[in-house]
Amino acid sequence: MSTTTTKTELEDVALAAPDKERLSALLVGLDRPPRPSALSASLTFGWRAMLKIKHVPEQLFDVTAFPIMLVLMYTYLFGGALAGSTQEYIQFLLPGILVMSVVMITMYTGVSVNTDITKGVFDRFRTLPIWRPAPMVGYLLGDVLRYVLASVVMLAVGMIIGFRPDGGVLGMLAGVALLLVFAFAFSWIWTMFGLLLRTEKSVMGVSMMVIFPLTFLSNVFVDPSTMPGWLQAFVNNSPITHLATAVRELMAGNWPAADIGWSLGWAGLIMVVFGTVTMRLYNRK
Amino acid sequence: MSTELAIETTGLVKVFGENRAVDGVDLAVPTGTVYGVLGPNGAGKTTTVRMLATLLRPDGGSARVFGKDVVKEADAVRSRVSLTGQYASVDEDLTGTENLILLARLLGHSKPAARDRAAQLLEGFGLSEAAGKQVKNYSGGMRRRIDIAASILNTPDLLFLDEPTTGLDPRSRNQVWDIVRAVVAHGTTVLLTTQYLDEADQLASRIAVIDHGRVIAEGTKGELKASVGSGTVHLRLRDAAQRPEAERVLSLALDATVQLDADPVALTARIDAHGSDRGAAEQAARALAELARAGITVDNFSLGQPSLDEVFLALTDKKGVAA
Repeated sequence: MSTTTTKTELEDVALAAPDKERLSALLVGLDRPPRPSALSASLTFGWRAMLKIKHVPEQLFDVTAFPIMLVLMYTYLFGGALAGSTQEYIQFLLPGILVMSVVMITMYTGVSVNTDITKGVFDRFRTLPIWRPAPMVGYLLGDVLRYVLASVVMLAVGMIIGFRPDGGVLGMLAGVALLLVFAFAFSWIWTMFGLLLRTEKSVMGVSMMVIFPLTFLSNVFVDPSTMPGWLQAFVNNSPITHLATAVRELMAGNWPAADIGWSLGWAGLIMVVFGTVTMRLYNRK
Repeated sequence: MSTELAIETTGLVKVFGENRAVDGVDLAVPTGTVYGVLGPNGAGKTTTVRMLATLLRPDGGSARVFGKDVVKEADAVRSRVSLTGQYASVDEDLTGTENLILLARLLGHSKPAARDRAAQLLEGFGLSEAAGKQVKNYSGGMRRRIDIAASILNTPDLLFLDEPTTGLDPRSRNQVWDIVRAVVAHGTTVLLTTQYLDEADQLASRIAVIDHGRVIAEGTKGELKASVGSGTVHLRLRDAAQRPEAERVLSLALDATVQLDADPVALTARIDAHGSDRGAAEQAARALAELARAGITVDNFSLGQPSLDEVFLALTDKKGVAA
């Protein structure tokens, strides 16, 4: 980040030098306001995440193009073989692939935490008298926006190629809402790795190791009843399976109370465990 | 208030693996002054500042900021300090305005108040035109200014400036100095780390010299200079061939080691007036008379206080010999 590497540096010769009289005027007056509430500080950090999206919109590539690719690829690749037709398969696949994509996208949180934490601005955040988890919560709030975008894009593509859920708009909204709650909680795993590991690459590597088995070993693509018993034991108890079932059923217009319960339970557990570890690491960094 | 210490540390230690980065630092910084922490790269300056700013937990000793422990009462410390780190402590992806509004909001200002304060500071720091540009496009001097502006959104009681002018051109450096002077004039205590002696000389009223994680000297500028001798004589001879003779005469007259400069006609000697009943000027005059008697022509002569450079080198040298 040395200034000499920046080619488009602004010329400051033309800018006025700071004026002494004016400087001392700047320093007086202003009363110190009371510290912001936890919510207000978190929302301010969420605003920061949105500003970053505004300045670097390319980063939305992974929540737009990537999910579209997944939907199209798996629908046309497996549809005929697994369900007889792509039309049939998309009804089964779309809620599942939505869960898989959003859960996969959460791992970028770790990468952005990791690159951000090494910069000087984090030192400033950490010397502010604010609610300690606020910067992390702010990240995740910004990321929730990305998950919403990914969900909208995928559902739109799905509808174009024939996804017609029985639950209608309400069912889809309920499914997405549950998914967002889970993704928010699940992201705390990545904030932990983002703080724990030294480089962006290692964060990416570890994330892949966790994400791939977890999302593929589920009922996202196929019904687990044809899998060997030991694998069924894992798949049937995986949080992703519970979540995928819950989202699928909600979108189909049902109320899968048990799977919703499991999904929220897992979300709560992940958040408590990894949220705690994240904050310990953050305070000690 | 005036007798209260802004910073007080006793035996502060921070260890990174095998390296004792900070190895028993004692500091007492009075309020309302600029306190300089001077030392070469890797001396432990930044680590000390990070502990005082609650960013690092000390491994030993204690540190208090305005009487509050930096570990146990970290939040109370945070509400009274600001940090301008060695690298820009603002978000490079955001614009100047966005950065200041973000931080003002985090300090508890309402949206309109944050916007007003941001505009006010940008104008005061001569950054109005760059306000809407991302900070990553700012020049080094502009980054420093936005950084310091961010630190005084709420005027802090204690401002940490970690090498604020490293890498700046002389003009930007002078601007930063002006800002620091204005901040201190307002009553804020400033802890300034630097590896530039002239910077400490220009701004600081007291200075601690740090090397290998320890304070090797502490005092006012005058005290530090006096500790290596009361003055320095610089001589230029007309004839380079006379230099060995001049060296002999001088070292006898001043009872001091004479240093031969790179310039073949120049010599430098330190005068120690403390152990003597004669003042530095009187000693120098006697030395000059001795030189004249020996038939050595002196073209140019000056007697000055030792520069902090000389102090610094002398101190770090001593340490090297002792170790």
